[in-house]
Amino acid sequence: MSFQSSDVSKMAHLSRLAIEDQDLTRFAHDLSDILEMAGRLQEVDVGDAGPMAHPLDLTQRLRADVVTEGDEREAFQSQAPAAEDGLYLVPRVIE
Amino acid sequence: MHTKSLKELSALIRRREVSSREVVEHFLDRVRSLDPSLNGFVTVAEERALARAQQADERLGAGQGPALTGMPIAHKDIFCTRGLRTTCGSRMLADFTPPFDATAVQKLDTAGAVALGKTNMDEFAMGSSNETSYFGAVRNPWDLERVPGGSSGGSAAAVAAGLVPAATGTDTGGSIRQPAALTGVTGIKPTYGRVSRYGMIAFASSLDQGGCFARSAEDAAVVLQAMAGFDPKDSTSVDQAVPDYAAGLERELKGLRMGLPREYFAEGLEPGVKAVVQQAIEVLGEQGVEVVEVSLPHTELAVPAYYVVAPAEASSNLARYDGVRYGYRCADPLDLEDLYKRSRGEGFGREVKRRIMVGTYVLSHGYYDAYYLQAQKVRRLISDDFRRVFEQVDVIAGPVTQAPAFRLGEKIDDPVAMYLNDIYTIPANLAGLPGMSVPAGFVDGLPVGLQLIGNYFGEGRLLNVAHRFQQATDWHRRRPAEDAMRAEAS
Repeated sequence: MSFQSSDVSKMAHLSRLAIEDQDLTRFAHDLSDILEMAGRLQEVDVGDAGPMAHPLDLTQRLRADVVTEGDEREAFQSQAPAAEDGLYLVPRVIE
Repeated sequence: MHTKSLKELSALIRRREVSSREVVEHFLDRVRSLDPSLNGFVTVAEERALARAQQADERLGAGQGPALTGMPIAHKDIFCTRGLRTTCGSRMLADFTPPFDATAVQKLDTAGAVALGKTNMDEFAMGSSNETSYFGAVRNPWDLERVPGGSSGGSAAAVAAGLVPAATGTDTGGSIRQPAALTGVTGIKPTYGRVSRYGMIAFASSLDQGGCFARSAEDAAVVLQAMAGFDPKDSTSVDQAVPDYAAGLERELKGLRMGLPREYFAEGLEPGVKAVVQQAIEVLGEQGVEVVEVSLPHTELAVPAYYVVAPAEASSNLARYDGVRYGYRCADPLDLEDLYKRSRGEGFGREVKRRIMVGTYVLSHGYYDAYYLQAQKVRRLISDDFRRVFEQVDVIAGPVTQAPAFRLGEKIDDPVAMYLNDIYTIPANLAGLPGMSVPAGFVDGLPVGLQLIGNYFGEGRLLNVAHRFQQATDWHRRRPAEDAMRAEAS
């Protein structure tokens, strides 16, 4: 897989990352190298090996459906770049 | 005082020959005088540490206090600390102060440890040299022109330079073992699920595992003992009793079967490193360990599989940084999309962006089966290799890295060359197995580590082998000269 600048722009958009135009070529080069290395996997005969998503093959533990966390809205919102009256502020979405 | 082990320091303060406050002041003083040359700390929490030391002295005065009471430690800046800035080495979190403690932090607090501060690291733990940190590279105390390894480079350098007797770290593809090897300290990455991931900022959730650095296996045993254990707040934490690690340290090694994977000694391993590792294995052989050659045939596929699985998980985990709830926000966003894109574009460094884009790519429609699903199948093959070998042996041994510490700047512009650093450490992460790095000697004045890989939940066995090795050798007692550090710092 050889990445072009346009491929980087597409991945950057899907990843919601702003990339400066002058950096596109270098990212294209780096991503091509990385995916070329990863491309070696495609030559491997994996037989009937099942995909391994988790090292211990555990099933997700369930817990009782009870409230465990208190209301810490103020503490959490004190970390927000912009919050007011208990709300997170973002640019206007609906005109 | 900084040449003493945790065990010795603890004995001194319990006998009241010295107070915790004096111990903590001594180490803080070393941080102030030596760390400017290393850049191992992102945040030093002096007042907080002195207040905690005071409390420790009061507890000890009342004849109380668990194992680590009054002992200075440092936390990798990936562990959330309530009320203390936690940056994860990123501009994205440069001003983030968590409203809660990571479970590992809380457990070490409960055990009485006094955190001196937060250590530098590769941004979001993505790196093998500690050069991707927003707060600047960390330097190796053995040679200030060289890297300490990564991503837990700050913790490793701080322990190696005697700025703190022990420190926490995390290991997703080698981030404890590789820097431990490159700085000549003892590092352990436990079995996946042994130490809670709650409050440990996520990079690749099926691989991330917390552990620690110390000056010896004996000290690492005490720290790991305090960190390990089931945590209902981490859905992948394993509910299994934690054995008494200290109690098993002295166990005889006679009859222990140790496998040397031939793939770990193949082309690429520097002859000097190979000789050091072979000598270390001979030392263990003299203690009655039976050494056999084994094969992990899919070893060379570990790096490619990892660089699909880890970025895929990272791209998902790092989607949470949106410039809205916490973390960096760009100035004057035009609209919501601009807010997301520029906050992330400006908040993340180059390596993090590369991995997010690779992850997004391998998970995208049309490429998912060819890359992500295939990588997960290869991961199974790698894990099965270990399963077969552990039917024949108790422990696996080999090198941690192909070469000693490389120069700052040497690999930072070539991501694939940087990734290949972790060729011997990544397989244990993919399988979820515990691993250690133990100081084993030097090549041209630079430390070399012996890697030990154990079976699932075999941390006690690894610490036992490492401890017996350290009783027969003194590599772990060697310390870097301080002249260069002092000259650079002044």
